[in-house]
Amino acid sequence: MSIDKATAARVAHLARIRVDEGDLDRIASELSGILDWVEQLAEVDVEGVEPMTSVTPMVLRRREDAVTDGGIRERVLANAPATREGFFAVPKVVE
Amino acid sequence: MSDLTRLTIAEARDRLRAKELTSVELTEACLGAIEAAGPLNAVSAGTPEKAREMAAAADARLAAEGDAAPSLCGIPLGIKDLFCTEGVASQAASNILSDFKPQYESTVTQRLWDRGAVMVGKLNMDEFAMGSSNETSCYGPVVNPWRAKGSNRDLTPGGSSGGSAAAVAADLCLGATGTDTGGSIRQPAAFTGIVGVKPTYGRCSRWGIVAFASSLDQAGPMAKTVRDAAIMLEGMAGFDPKDSTSAELAVPDFEAMLTGDIRGKRIGLPAEYRMEGMPADIEALWAKGADMLRDAGAEIIDISLPHTKYALPAYYVIAPAEASSNLARYDGVRFGRRAALGAGDGITDLYEKSRAEGFGSEVQRRVMMGAFVLSAGYYDAYYLRAQKVRTLIKRDFEQAFEKVDAILTPATPSAAFGLGEMADADPVKMYLNDVFTVTVNLAGLPGVSVPAGIDHDGLPLGLQLIGKPWGEAEMLDIAYAMERAAGFDARPDRWW
Repeated sequence: MSIDKATAARVAHLARIRVDEGDLDRIASELSGILDWVEQLAEVDVEGVEPMTSVTPMVLRRREDAVTDGGIRERVLANAPATREGFFAVPKVVE
Repeated sequence: MSDLTRLTIAEARDRLRAKELTSVELTEACLGAIEAAGPLNAVSAGTPEKAREMAAAADARLAAEGDAAPSLCGIPLGIKDLFCTEGVASQAASNILSDFKPQYESTVTQRLWDRGAVMVGKLNMDEFAMGSSNETSCYGPVVNPWRAKGSNRDLTPGGSSGGSAAAVAADLCLGATGTDTGGSIRQPAAFTGIVGVKPTYGRCSRWGIVAFASSLDQAGPMAKTVRDAAIMLEGMAGFDPKDSTSAELAVPDFEAMLTGDIRGKRIGLPAEYRMEGMPADIEALWAKGADMLRDAGAEIIDISLPHTKYALPAYYVIAPAEASSNLARYDGVRFGRRAALGAGDGITDLYEKSRAEGFGSEVQRRVMMGAFVLSAGYYDAYYLRAQKVRTLIKRDFEQAFEKVDAILTPATPSAAFGLGEMADADPVKMYLNDVFTVTVNLAGLPGVSVPAGIDHDGLPLGLQLIGKPWGEAEMLDIAYAMERAAGFDARPDRWW
């Protein structure tokens, strides 16, 4: 599978990574190289094989639906790049 | 330079308990060694003040509890930068987490501190644990304390736990934590002549460890000897309700179970690990390992793991897919780096610019690869197929373990290579470093790398033992027998 420049741009947007137009060819070629190598998975007969969902046979534990933590707003915000009045601050998203 | 830092954890424990040594003395010796080891670049953030406080507290505990104090009480350890440590820089060697100081402590490190261990600093690594040479770190590469005979060339310590490996090999601390998603503990351990253990998936809590690929990540010990690794593993492991995949199983006394008696054990040699173009030194070491185990009374059995060659390609679909999801949290909003925005820039610009600035090129490549294999139209062909292949790889091991108790393989396809050597290589070439280790992560099994010999350049080489699920004790016992038979006692000449 070869990735073209348009696909590289789409993938970069899906990943929310800004890529300069001039770098798209390089990225397309690197991703294509990896995918060519991954392509050998197509040789494997996976007919009737279940995809792995859990590597160890375990049942997810349940817990009581109860508040176990909270009231630590200052600690939650301690590493935020921008805060205002006890909230995370971001550029305006609604005009 | 003080010889105290050359002690093993077991030796230091015995001397601390016998009052022949204090943790403060031992810790000062390690801090001095770290101070003098700048050229290795193994330590990303030293924590000398914290270390001194913890050492004094450990000495008080040793005085009060004597021999009842935990084995790790007063032992100076280094912590991979991937572990969140409260109030101490923890940035996964990424610029996107610059200045990040966690408000909480990872479960694994908390368990170590509860046992009286002393943190001497945070250790360098590949960015987000993505790399096999430590060259993707935002702090710059770690330099391996080992050099080839007659050469001054800087070598890689391996990765991603390269700082941990170099710090232990250079006697900057007595042991270190690592994490292993595809080989990130075992490959650097092999490159630096130390022991590295990747436990069964679920043995150590992942809570508070920066996530790379959650279905593959496991924390484990990196230490000078199998005994030390056993002591550390017991301290790190155990059930944690905060990690939904943590196993509710008792943690054995791994050290007490080291007997070195492996008579009657069945050891498998997988035919598929005999790779084309394998260096003669590696091939010879593998044969020597089998001979050593046979001489110790084990039975060597040829086995087959037919899907081995598909493990790396499957991994490079699954791990990037999980990474792209895990790393979505670095958005420049709640923590970490935020890019400077231009007039009129909106929220999408904030995300895209922050992530472009904050992530290095290998991380960007993997996040994009993951986004691609999970995207509409490609999910079934890549991601779902890779998860089916993963089922087959696990099945290979299940069938093999009907016939054997452990599996012996080389740890790496080569000895440590030069820093910068792979700079222009295709990314896939670097990925091949994990060819012998990645299967173990895909199958959720425990694995250990044991230093077993040196190559023609005088560089250390490791052998890997793979154990049954939750069979760390038996695996470590076989590793202990192999360690004794190999008698590896080479150490790097101090040049730094």
